[in-house]
Amino acid sequence: MRNIKHNSSECSGSCCLAVHNLGASAEGENIFHDVSFHVHCGEIVALIGPNGAGKSTLIKSLLGQREYSGSITFTPAGGGSQRPLIGYVPQSPSFDRGEPVSVLDLFSMCMTKRPVFLPVKKSIRSDVIDCLSRVKGESLIDKRIGALSGGELQRVLLALALEPVPHMLILDEPMSGIDVEGMQRLKEMLDEIRVKYDLSILITTHDFASLEGFADKVLLLKDTIIKAGSPSDVLSSAEFRRVFNLGGEL
Amino acid sequence: MELWYSIIELLPFEWAQSGGMYFMKNALLAVILMSPLFGLLSTMIVTNKMSFFSDALGHSGFTGIAIGALCGLANPLWFAAALAVAFAVLFSLVRRKSNFSSDTIIGVFSSTAVALGIFISTIGGRSFTKFNTYLIGDILSVNPNELLLLLITLICVTVLWVIGINRLTLASVHPALAESRGVKVFAYETIFSAIIALVVTMAMTWVGLLVINSLLILPAASARNIAGNMRKYHLFSVLGALVCGLAGLFLSYYVGSSSGAAISLFLALWFAVTFVIGKKKA
Repeated sequence: MRNIKHNSSECSGSCCLAVHNLGASAEGENIFHDVSFHVHCGEIVALIGPNGAGKSTLIKSLLGQREYSGSITFTPAGGGSQRPLIGYVPQSPSFDRGEPVSVLDLFSMCMTKRPVFLPVKKSIRSDVIDCLSRVKGESLIDKRIGALSGGELQRVLLALALEPVPHMLILDEPMSGIDVEGMQRLKEMLDEIRVKYDLSILITTHDFASLEGFADKVLLLKDTIIKAGSPSDVLSSAEFRRVFNLGGEL
Repeated sequence: MELWYSIIELLPFEWAQSGGMYFMKNALLAVILMSPLFGLLSTMIVTNKMSFFSDALGHSGFTGIAIGALCGLANPLWFAAALAVAFAVLFSLVRRKSNFSSDTIIGVFSSTAVALGIFISTIGGRSFTKFNTYLIGDILSVNPNELLLLLITLICVTVLWVIGINRLTLASVHPALAESRGVKVFAYETIFSAIIALVVTMAMTWVGLLVINSLLILPAASARNIAGNMRKYHLFSVLGALVCGLAGLFLSYYVGSSSGAAISLFLALWFAVTFVIGKKKA
């Protein structure tokens, strides 16, 4: 088992993303308010909450794609502050089966300026193979993205998010749409990536059963963070039962 | 143009001989310039699921022509182009701001544009007949100035393709991923829509409003049947458009039909062929 030594509420010298009093609203209504948490390097944090609790909005705020109040700061190891480089794995989209975009095309579109309708340089191809090897997906390089299975697509998008290697990885519902075997593989892979690149991972999920033994910390979002702690703490809490209508009182 | 005419004379066709039939020689050049242009735009329209949108743009172009003609402008096409671009930008904005799906919004815009166009063009009991040329199109009417305009457009679109294709494709296959990688999805969508608007309006008089959309959809739709990556997709789309364009022009010359319709039919045939090939491969 891994051993996270960070103090969960402070950055305490190691690299960390600090979210302080974050709030977001749309059309005059609050989506969430006063959200504060820290995510340290090497840590896997799961963001859970009912539909409409604002998980996607929170992610968009972290990615800098929407306006928010409060602050998001990133402190690299050794101090100072900088804009974090975030690798984002979006919710598995359903590409058209006939989409004429191969995995190689997808990578070269993101990694190079060379127009994707020209023949691919050998050097780019080998770079892409390197990227795919991080998720054990070298054999997928010439497949069309529409022909990938849910698990394969998830791995390809993960490999893409790791290029360039980010400070933090955000995965939106990575467990949805893949089978049990694929899920196990993904979890092992994320665990490996976390250690190898010493980056922090934030995931949103509805698959609570998989959190135990995988996530270091769970954040329960409903208007604000109403419970934070280890998976067993949060999943057995009264707040969790109340939010998901499983009975129990606050 | 002289250079072009002298090259044409090498061809073994009766209309290719020197000293006449300039309209056919111009039309041939127009098809050679226009087909790759449509082939390129087509790839992105189909990837972006904008088939219905490009159809609607043609309608707004027609409205522009009707308004321009009403105002007594000598060349209502410029007005139509401006209106189509405005339509494209407005459409992008509404799509972003509203919760309706794209096809509903396009339906709203498209029907309004057509209604307005017909209303304006028939005010005071005027006849609609003079607008028929825009509906059917006549590629034989193309003149050297327009050919130059077509060439410039082709060059501009090619340059844009070289610079922007990666981001444009990423924005259309996965907007959220594109945005997370710093692509300004909205800006790209809007610029692209505006370009389709310009090209549709420009080509409307030659190809005809009723069939122009087939030129914007069929090349890439056919290419998708058989392409497994972006290189083949572009290659098949551009080549398919060019070959069908030439075949359609020649057929229409010998049987005396509308060229736009003949080109569309060849493209439809090409689609059917690629569809069967694609199914066999799968």
